[in-house]
Amino acid sequence: MIGEAGLFCLILALTTALVQATIPMWGAYVRRPRLMAVADSAAIVQFVLLAIAFGCLVTAFAQSDFSLKVVAANSHTMKPLFYKVTAAWGQHEGSMLLWVLVLALFGAAVAVFGTNLPATFKARTLAIQGLIGVAFLAFIIFTSNPFARLNPAPFEGNGFNPLLQDPGLAFHPPMLYLGYVGFSIAYSFSVAALIEGRVDAAWARWVRPWVLASWCFLTIGITAGSLWAYYELGWGGWWFWDPVENASFMPWLIGTALLHSALVVERRHALVNWTLLLSILTFTLSLIGTFLVRSGVLTSVHAFAVDPARGVFILAMILLASGGALALYAVRSGAVKQGPPFAGVSREGGILANNLLLLCATAVVFLGTFYPLIIDALTHDKISVGPPYFDMTFAPLMLVVAAIMAVGPFLRWRSDSLRAASAPMRIPGVAAILIGSLVAIFGKSLPAGLGIGFATFVIIGLIVWLVKRTRLGQIPFARSVFLAAAFPRATWGFLSAHLGFAVVMIGATAMTAWQSETVSFMKIGDTISLSGYELSLNSATISNGPNYQAEQLVFAVSHHGHPDGSLETERRYYPERDSFTTEAGIRPGVFANLYVAYGESGRIDGYTVRFNHHPFAMWIWTGGFMIAGGGLFSLTDRRFRISAPHKIRADRGTPIQSEVA
Amino acid sequence: MAEHAQDTGSRKLPRWTALIPVGMLAIVLGFFAIGLTKDPHALPTMMIDRPVPEFELEPLGHELPLLKFEDTKGEVALVNVFGSWCVSCVAEHPELMEISSSGTIAIYGVDWRDTAFEGRSWLERYGNPYKKVGLDADSKLAIDLGVSGAPESFVVDADGRIRYKHIGPITPEVWNETLLPLIREIEMGEQ
Repeated sequence: MIGEAGLFCLILALTTALVQATIPMWGAYVRRPRLMAVADSAAIVQFVLLAIAFGCLVTAFAQSDFSLKVVAANSHTMKPLFYKVTAAWGQHEGSMLLWVLVLALFGAAVAVFGTNLPATFKARTLAIQGLIGVAFLAFIIFTSNPFARLNPAPFEGNGFNPLLQDPGLAFHPPMLYLGYVGFSIAYSFSVAALIEGRVDAAWARWVRPWVLASWCFLTIGITAGSLWAYYELGWGGWWFWDPVENASFMPWLIGTALLHSALVVERRHALVNWTLLLSILTFTLSLIGTFLVRSGVLTSVHAFAVDPARGVFILAMILLASGGALALYAVRSGAVKQGPPFAGVSREGGILANNLLLLCATAVVFLGTFYPLIIDALTHDKISVGPPYFDMTFAPLMLVVAAIMAVGPFLRWRSDSLRAASAPMRIPGVAAILIGSLVAIFGKSLPAGLGIGFATFVIIGLIVWLVKRTRLGQIPFARSVFLAAAFPRATWGFLSAHLGFAVVMIGATAMTAWQSETVSFMKIGDTISLSGYELSLNSATISNGPNYQAEQLVFAVSHHGHPDGSLETERRYYPERDSFTTEAGIRPGVFANLYVAYGESGRIDGYTVRFNHHPFAMWIWTGGFMIAGGGLFSLTDRRFRISAPHKIRADRGTPIQSEVA
Repeated sequence: MAEHAQDTGSRKLPRWTALIPVGMLAIVLGFFAIGLTKDPHALPTMMIDRPVPEFELEPLGHELPLLKFEDTKGEVALVNVFGSWCVSCVAEHPELMEISSSGTIAIYGVDWRDTAFEGRSWLERYGNPYKKVGLDADSKLAIDLGVSGAPESFVVDADGRIRYKHIGPITPEVWNETLLPLIREIEMGEQ
């Protein structure tokens, strides 16, 4: 019964989406307010219907209704309730339903919160959002019905993978979807703007919060995914350049470019066409990511349930959505009024330069991801592209990004001189060269020196920026604090996000250059040492968990001879599935993580233990969350909450320049 | 001074440049379309019906015997390439355990780009479906076999010739609809 209710809601949602895609578009064309207003109610109704359908699926999973095919294939009565629920989006059908639910959520949000949008523009935006909904709902209903029945229903389901039962993995996909499906709004806004042939500062002001919100969710999703890979997969790795990881990373890279170019449109009304193009490309990459994961054109470590028919369907969608939008761009972009000119050396110029670099980085990742497919199509050879390619190409690009990122905030809008812009960079530059060289010499690694040197450049640059902005030391301290307190929230958001980027750089560089490992066969009482730490095996105990047996090893840790607490690692045996999981013992630290795992059981009176030292590992995820946190904080900025756009002074940032000049 | 600055923003790009994005998308989609017609799971035809190259792999540990070329001869066998670093291998593992316990076919494991410790721990963690398993840390065998990723599985007949290659996890569907019928067919032919 619940399955039929869900399917019925899906079909109703499809018809609602059809209405949403057509009537408001026609209404905007003939300027009939009542027809345009259909968009709002349709968007809200579509969301409610999909929420009910999704609720039906979750309920079916919670109740272990094995008469539904997806439940029987992916759940088990022995699962804890929490993981029964999260299993609802842990497979193809359910995750596509979540995808379209998020799409409808954003549509409904525009309908509810977009009260300040001009009527025709809002109607067109929602119609386009509806059109995407039509495509995806048809995709679900015709190729991936989550409510397909199974007759006869089995007594027990067969999904029980202990590895996937983890809170990190439960929330990782919804966050990613909120991110990259959210970029559909930027896409719809841009297509609507191209149809109307009008883009102004107000347009940028409307679209920016949506871009920012999506980008924050995507940042959180990617960071959480990386953290999960680190602690649960047990290899101590944090990024694998796997096609599916890349599928979410490419929209992030280009979404970052979009975020900044939209800022230029908002402030200076320049880079208009470029921003429209980036909006379309960002969502195109989201669609390509979906294609990549769902079609099975590339074999990936995440590949599950692949089906060429689904691939063809998604390919057709990309052709219509992106092809259509880019063709529209080709025809209409000339008609969009362009903003005032700016010089090469200026805030706009800096942002444009970083935009181009981010686009290059996206292209590099894209090429690496799809190179096997291209080679296969051209020469029939099967090859794979590994991390060395990405290290060689992606990392240098990020160094240049960091350099421009450090200088950018000091540049004036419209026009600046290189001499004036480079003056405040003296201290960060000297600090970067000094710290970078010290790191390279004592760390015995040139790449590490470069990575940390450039990160230092960014960090010290931000400090200098803050000092200049608050006129610290030039005016009484209390006045400086007052100036800082008066910063708009977006300024603090920018500081946190840029600082977060530098922190990720340090973590990634240190982990790549200096992580160390030792593997050893140990008996009770044995000691191994690594990077100044000694680990001695104290005890091995066996205990019983709710649905597993656990064997636990306890190690005493000492650092340069001084006792330093203990570390525990555990292996769990799940009798239902006859399988083991490893709970690695991790001691997170500011400067290094200790990481211990073991393999052999005590059959031959000992254990094979692996002990890792991961310098600055936590910086990677801390930085990631700082970036996302900065974005979320900016989102609460006053600018985004007031409806009437007000003119921003063109000479923002001038006080700094006048001081240095 | 600002008035004399070179005006990057105002320099109008020629109209045709607006066509670049749509053109690039067309190329990309073209490749995707070709990619869809290809089965990434298909073996380059040159390997089919060729004998498995000679090999002798390192043992994974004292309790697990090493894998040699002669081992698979005399019966139809499934040679499965895996690695502890490969998540899809975890996904396909229950199916391998199932096949192994059903006794339909002997499965031999090639632990690819791995260390003996990792491979051994992995098998302990998830169970060992392999009759014999060997370590191919430096891809010696993998290159000869034309392995492009893990997991990958080869159906090898009693004479040691490769009859079929499957790229990606062996799912129950793949097993029931493709591999099992094929194995039955080969076995019928040999009797």
